[in-house]
Amino acid sequence: MNTVELGALGLDRGGHLLVKRALTRVEPGEAVRVVGSAPELAVHLRAWCRSRGHPFAAEDGLIIRRGDVERYNGAESAGAPNAVVDDAPATWGLAARGATIEAGAPAFDFVLHAKDDVWADEAARLYAQGAASQWDPATAIPWGDATEIPDAIEDAVVQVMTYLVENETAALVVSSRFAAQVHPHYFEVMQLLALNAADEARHVEVFRRRALMKRERLGLSSVGGQASLKTLVDEPDFAMASFLLSVLGEGSFLALLWFLHTHAPDPVTKEIARLTAQDEARHVAFGVAHLGRHTTADPALRGRLAAAIHRRHDALAHTAGLNEEVFDALVLLAAGAWTPAAISQGWDAVQSLERDMDLGRRRRLERLGFEAEEAEALSALHTRNFM
Amino acid sequence: MANETLLMGAVAYDPKVVTIWDGFLAWFAKNGLDFDFVLYSNYERQVEAHLAGHFHVAWNSPLAWLQAERAAKAAGREARAIAMRDTDCDLTSVIVVRADSPIQSVEDLAGKTVGVGAGDSPQATMIPLIHLAEAGLEPNEKFDVRRFDVLLGKHGDHIGGERDAARALMQGEVDAACMIDGNHLLFSKEGTLPSGATRIIAQTGTYDHCNFTVLDDAPTALIDRFTELLLSMRYEDPVVRPLLDLEGLKVWKPGRTSGYALLERALDRFGVLT
Repeated sequence: MNTVELGALGLDRGGHLLVKRALTRVEPGEAVRVVGSAPELAVHLRAWCRSRGHPFAAEDGLIIRRGDVERYNGAESAGAPNAVVDDAPATWGLAARGATIEAGAPAFDFVLHAKDDVWADEAARLYAQGAASQWDPATAIPWGDATEIPDAIEDAVVQVMTYLVENETAALVVSSRFAAQVHPHYFEVMQLLALNAADEARHVEVFRRRALMKRERLGLSSVGGQASLKTLVDEPDFAMASFLLSVLGEGSFLALLWFLHTHAPDPVTKEIARLTAQDEARHVAFGVAHLGRHTTADPALRGRLAAAIHRRHDALAHTAGLNEEVFDALVLLAAGAWTPAAISQGWDAVQSLERDMDLGRRRRLERLGFEAEEAEALSALHTRNFM
Repeated sequence: MANETLLMGAVAYDPKVVTIWDGFLAWFAKNGLDFDFVLYSNYERQVEAHLAGHFHVAWNSPLAWLQAERAAKAAGREARAIAMRDTDCDLTSVIVVRADSPIQSVEDLAGKTVGVGAGDSPQATMIPLIHLAEAGLEPNEKFDVRRFDVLLGKHGDHIGGERDAARALMQGEVDAACMIDGNHLLFSKEGTLPSGATRIIAQTGTYDHCNFTVLDDAPTALIDRFTELLLSMRYEDPVVRPLLDLEGLKVWKPGRTSGYALLERALDRFGVLT
């Protein structure tokens, strides 16, 4: 007969772990002898066995039998640790992928439970890259290198930072909302969206801090800008929101941030633009990757994405689009001075920025399978607010 | 009473009672049995109502079982136990002192104070006291009894009385405390009786706890179906498992009445301490 030796250890101090282990090593109905010197062992073992459904065979010698009623009979596996299923069941809920789940778990209402809706094979790699690239706003930005710059240029920086804060806040809201809708079976995607939201939180922080570095007030926020962002925040469908935000909006922002990096009047603004652009590139990469996979699995999605651009364009047709002050601020930043020649140069730089943004959007649209001509037409309909 | 509905009486000793029986009601309905229940605040009222024919089957404490059985007999009728939990079989209670107490045996309790649970608790009062009485220590004569009455009328279903007695033991207010074996393990694990701080000086003989009781006028077909469905419940079934967990069992077993002898002797000797 199998024997488990408890020594002086009682069931009130963890002895049941040894007893349970011994019982798992015999078949239901088979006996285990429990040996120990804890004074209450016989009393406690009787009570423990009764509550666990293990017959208590004999008081003399403490022989117990493994019962046949066990909580995890009928349990199912929540997939395999390194493979994802096409549709994650609601009752897998929050269980770790690959865990064994007791039957009867509650059903969770994760809206994004289909692999095609969320998955990208690149998600794990992008998450790892993102986690490794987290930078500390307090130390990564050379806040002490505050170069003296003309008031008007500083005002332009403040205006652009004010604009960036509200745009990145929209991205934070959208990322975190969908992070909470992804079935945890696709945890790589959930983690990546959460990390994206954390990126946006840092971006909001550094843009805000830069704006207030030499000023006591922030700049202007326009109706057109907020109206454009509201269409993103209000978009309930993950594919549509991801398309408008990551592929088109953040894609355009990449060009904008590198423009700021090039034309920054001071090292603080320059480093902020560089670090945030790096993060945004990951966000764009995930958007393109999962929508590329999604459109391959469901080619009809392309039509719905195109319709989303049209719908948004129509909704924003009567708004002013990009805050004029933001546009002017970008021109001034690129100009660097108030002379007609400098302004002309700044103007050309912003024209070039808009062409870069358009080219980038068209290239990404083509990666999603849109024909060149359609990509060109759709890119032209993208919001004048950039995001 | 409608003929097609099986009505059960139970005592509401805890809000979870509603969860449990609402859950079983739905499960019985899915299995074709029209079942409903009536809750009483105390077992005495439930036994009285059972004899008066207000419902068909009672979920009785061991003391309520004896009360129903005796009342039925007095009326020339008969009571039967049709089912019980696996965990209702072969319980024991223990009498505990502090580890550093000079009390080594039951005899040493003479002249001391013993803490018990509610006056009508079979497990924490009546059975430990009959154990001592039969060992020659008549309660309130050879030693003082200090009762920790929590929710009288509920026959000790509420654990509060036992816990209060255990706390009083550790605070030195009583010299010994009585409790069900499983609660000594529970109190030791949760720290009410820190591990190693107490010593068990006596363990009672085995006894049985609750059962489903019917009287001789119960509708046979409905009772048979009810019993059959109860015994068919499987812990593996995720719908009933949470209810079985709440009610504290793994499997329902056919009723037996062989485990009430100790309590009968206690009832004969002390009556119900109210």
